[in-house]
Amino acid sequence: MKPAPFAFLRPAALEEALAALAREPGAKVLAGGQSLVPLLSMRLAAPSMLVDINALPDLGHVSVDAAGVRIGALARHAHVLASAEAAEVQPLLAMALSHVAHPTIRNRGTTVGSLVHADAAAEMPMVLRLLEGSVDVASVRGRRTVPAAELFAGPLESTLAHDEIAVEAFFPALPAGAGVAFAEIARRHGDYALVGVAAMVETEGGEVVRARLGYVSVSDVPVVVDVTDALDDPAGKALADLEPAEDIHATAAYRAHLVKVLTPRVLADAIHHARQKTAQRKKS
Amino acid sequence: MTTKLFGTKVPRVEDQRFLRGQGRYVDDLLTDDPRLLHAAVLRSPHAHARITDIDVADVLDVEGVLAVWTYDDLVDAMAEPLPLLIPHPTLTHGRTQYALAKDEVNYVGEAIAFVVAVDRYVAEDAVARIRVSYDYLQPVVGIAAARAADRLVHDDVPGNVGARMEQENGDARAAIADAPHTLTLELDVERSACTPMEGRGTVARWDPDTSRLTVWSSTQTSTGVRGCVAAKLGLDLAKVDVITPDVGGGFGVKINHPWPEELLVPLAAMTLGRPVKFTEDRREHFISSAHERAQVHHVEVGFDDDGRVLGLNVEFWHDHGAYTPYGLIVPIITSTQLLGPYKPLNYRVVFESLYTNTVIVTPYRGAGRPQGCFVMERTMDAISAYLGKDRTEVRSTNFIQPDEFPYEHGLVFQDGRPLTYDSGDYPASLAKLKALVGWDEFEDFRAEMAEQGRRVGIGLACYVEGTGVGPYEGAHVHIETSGKVKVATGLTTQGQGHQTAFAQIVADTLGVRFEDVEITTGDTRKMPYAVGTFASRAAVMSGSAIHLASLRAREKALRIAAEALEASEDDLEIADGVVTVRGTDASIDLGTVAVLSNPLRYAFDEASKAATQFSVGDPGKPPVAEDDEPGLEGKDFYSPERSTFANGMHAVIVETDPDTAEITILKYAVVHDCGHLINPMIVEGQIHGGVAQGVGGALYERMAYDESGQLLNASFMDFLMPYVTEVPKTIDIDHLETPSPLNPLGIKGAGEAGVIPSAAVFAAAIEDAEGFPITAMPISPSELFALRLEHADVPAEAIAEETR
Amino acid sequence: MSEQLHDVRLHVNGSVHEVQVPARRLLSDALRHDCGLTGTHVGCEHGVCGACTVLVDGAPVRSCLMFAVSAVDAEITTVEGLTESDGTAQGRLSPVQQGFMDCHGLQCGFCTPGFLTTITAGLRENPDPTEDEARDMIAGNLCRCTGYQNIVKSVLRAAEIERERGGDQ
Repeated sequence: MKPAPFAFLRPAALEEALAALAREPGAKVLAGGQSLVPLLSMRLAAPSMLVDINALPDLGHVSVDAAGVRIGALARHAHVLASAEAAEVQPLLAMALSHVAHPTIRNRGTTVGSLVHADAAAEMPMVLRLLEGSVDVASVRGRRTVPAAELFAGPLESTLAHDEIAVEAFFPALPAGAGVAFAEIARRHGDYALVGVAAMVETEGGEVVRARLGYVSVSDVPVVVDVTDALDDPAGKALADLEPAEDIHATAAYRAHLVKVLTPRVLADAIHHARQKTAQRKKS
Repeated sequence: MTTKLFGTKVPRVEDQRFLRGQGRYVDDLLTDDPRLLHAAVLRSPHAHARITDIDVADVLDVEGVLAVWTYDDLVDAMAEPLPLLIPHPTLTHGRTQYALAKDEVNYVGEAIAFVVAVDRYVAEDAVARIRVSYDYLQPVVGIAAARAADRLVHDDVPGNVGARMEQENGDARAAIADAPHTLTLELDVERSACTPMEGRGTVARWDPDTSRLTVWSSTQTSTGVRGCVAAKLGLDLAKVDVITPDVGGGFGVKINHPWPEELLVPLAAMTLGRPVKFTEDRREHFISSAHERAQVHHVEVGFDDDGRVLGLNVEFWHDHGAYTPYGLIVPIITSTQLLGPYKPLNYRVVFESLYTNTVIVTPYRGAGRPQGCFVMERTMDAISAYLGKDRTEVRSTNFIQPDEFPYEHGLVFQDGRPLTYDSGDYPASLAKLKALVGWDEFEDFRAEMAEQGRRVGIGLACYVEGTGVGPYEGAHVHIETSGKVKVATGLTTQGQGHQTAFAQIVADTLGVRFEDVEITTGDTRKMPYAVGTFASRAAVMSGSAIHLASLRAREKALRIAAEALEASEDDLEIADGVVTVRGTDASIDLGTVAVLSNPLRYAFDEASKAATQFSVGDPGKPPVAEDDEPGLEGKDFYSPERSTFANGMHAVIVETDPDTAEITILKYAVVHDCGHLINPMIVEGQIHGGVAQGVGGALYERMAYDESGQLLNASFMDFLMPYVTEVPKTIDIDHLETPSPLNPLGIKGAGEAGVIPSAAVFAAAIEDAEGFPITAMPISPSELFALRLEHADVPAEAIAEETR
Repeated sequence: MSEQLHDVRLHVNGSVHEVQVPARRLLSDALRHDCGLTGTHVGCEHGVCGACTVLVDGAPVRSCLMFAVSAVDAEITTVEGLTESDGTAQGRLSPVQQGFMDCHGLQCGFCTPGFLTTITAGLRENPDPTEDEARDMIAGNLCRCTGYQNIVKSVLRAAEIERERGGDQ
């Protein structure tokens, strides 16, 4: 299990990295590498060149303002998880990040890298979609912002062009009156979830005016379902949009069952969270 | 007086080097040798195919590649099939693979070509360039397909049956026919594997200056590998040394030998004149080492109103994979050890060992016992449920009683000797277990939990384990003139703390300081006669041999010291390495005794000055007496008449989530009887590790083959070995010490014990929680959920609703 | 065409190692084969088992999931760098190493280096863990021998030793 040979570049400036990607169609970006390196070692991927962006300046930030959390391409999961400000502005980040693999992987793996890896079994792509965030990408052609709804093309496939680098992700702040929750069931602690569910609800005067659910591991791409008009049977509504599949760890029926078990719990938790937050705001 | 170390928790000697990163595992060797080459293996991507062509033309173009071997490059003994290590008269259709596939492949992972290059990266590049053409054949995957025999793994093995074996004591079928009650059970266990953290690995160096081949292998038998390498490469045994360095876990898989690479690495080293290393990677370990456990069982049992088993008739089918290098050891153990601590009046067992197009099967810790225990204990639970009796009561009714030892079962065990238990006290063990787990208080706990909407269950399982299997082990004890004691035993070590436990025995027996004892294992240069480390035999076999060899060294030391001190041997005692005339100041240290034992011509240090022939001895006699040898040494071998039988009982309390069907361990209790304990800390460590492996085998791990014979979970990502989060937080352990009468130390083996009852005990507890039979293991939440649906008149959601 | 070699300067355990490696050389292999630090073990090469865990700028990282060429700017600590100097050539066992010794936290020793590095960093962050926190600290490392109970004890014992030694000074 050793990678095939590749050329290597560790640029000190973003422009240099972008130029290399534009020049080399077989090049791939190396950030945290926690998903990429195993693929290389198993020779399931063999890029002609790796562009290691770890030496690029100004991409390690987790900046927080009233609008939300901006996460640079080199911010490690652990860094994001450790940010109390980020957790305050958008609590779902920490709720979900604590389920991403094990701490050692989070020390190296980047949140932005996880987004563009576009794994429907991973937590963060779904969270970005649920929160209606976005990713800023750069290439020699310039910069653009890709909304989460347009980021995921298929299984392990983002809509980024091969010469683009995702430089920053934006997770919007939790609006007033809103609440979030997350739960997942995995075979072992730290494994990919058999099913994971996140909820975001918005309330006005204590009443739910918008409720949306995001799912992990029950579809090919991160799926978000609006259940505002199905609060009495949110799982039923969700399952219409989901495609639970059988693998060696669980049957499709069991996954569907877990959707039914987790969905009402997570939704209730999010509503509770919204009311709690509202009460806190009133106090302060 | 030296404190007795036997039976105490002596900290481990080996820990210092491991903790400092100074262990020397096989992949650590020769890393600074610039001439070292690295091997990689092309493995079959298909489960069943004929090879029509192998094209290696592109390979030698790769810079850094030195050589490539395919079957056509092998000659003489290397071109013959690998040995069938343990033949058996009933193994009528034994088959073994070639070091490199000849004409056909029979499992995904079978070795086809062997490449040697300057590093492993380049070797893998080269492997990727080999082009093999195949004619695909339909594979046989799983026991059902093997039994159906619509397709054959080997054309010349009808019905895919490698062996059929039957043993009977009494007339089981007649007893069942006449019994007041009968039950029939179908019980399945799936494949799993040892999965040590370090895979296989071999390094070889041919020394042209001395014409010797040195092989280092991560094996459980240095002497076995040595014999194979010499035979296959056509070398005199005297030219081959095999050394087992530190080994990163074995659990059984490393007892099989020779692996193709164990022969190809030395062949390459000799051919190329440079040292060669093969280090198996994780994927290779999954698809090209060995698995175990897969068996399907059909049980018929007849019993009376008390639950006394009158007749037990077990038929089972054992999946041994594509080849049978290790013979029938696993199913023979199942067939004999499933009896556990019980004495059915009549017993018949018959098994078929079947070929499938999957990885070979060789013993994995427990070696057929987990399946046997599962069968017997499920049967005991079924009888209890049928009669409405407490599960411990039915077991007690069937126990062999303490006054019935030695107990003969009237069967033949895996070592070819009668299955005769030497000692044990099963009622006492059960009493301890019930107290430890709170068996009699459990119904109160269940009711308390039910009030909170929680569902719990309790299970227990008992086993007896034949340990310390022969034929023999030996030891050599050498007291140097410094007083240091160098001890060699031939079997290998892979984490059991032999350097500590064996040194405890030496220190006690010889009367020397523990820190002056150094134990070497698995080095054929120091002890060429040995069998290996398997079947929980190291402590019993080598421990006893070391004790006997130490006694011999002690005997000689006393003889020489008596002469030197002008005292009677009977008045001498040895403590802390000093021989003293009891009750006097007269003493001589063992180092000096060693000096006296070896008359020298030359003086090269202070000690040897004292030993030159010109300074000691009686000038009227030969310097070394006719019946004596120079040196203060002792050598002996231990070869028991038969195995010694350890036993134990486990109980577990589990909680099953009414909604998600997740299974949580609330309490785990172990009562263990392995006779006298040499080092209780090490024994408990073995139990902890065994239980964790058992939890893995019961609730997480399986080999997921698809119907085309691809292993779908050949990674740690998908083969779910437990992390700390999956094992019991604590394990309550109680020991009973029923000594074995078969060896001088009264010890029994302990290495495998922890894993044996796991499938049985978890099945029992889950069954108790859920109220329907659990007949197949392992079990996942997904499978438990499916069983709930199957057994529910109402949908599972409704059940969940009800219990909430 | 031969593979391009990169001059890489690795800072390991306070020493500088100048090595020439191809870009694809995994950090784990570079440490073991190029720097001769074979204490770091390779158990799976896909980042799951944790045996190869080293500290990169103080944080536990899987060395099998990093390339040596990416490690140029980092200060790396391996198991060989954990012992404390006490004037002897060997040095004295660190509190974490001593904790494992005291509690039989290891058997075959193969996974041990990854546990030791992980716990060393973990105790820096949380010097007084509860039993559950100790368990969390090691939840990403596989061990096939010990069943983990004694490793959890070792973590707690290490914290205790750390406090005892702190008291010495």
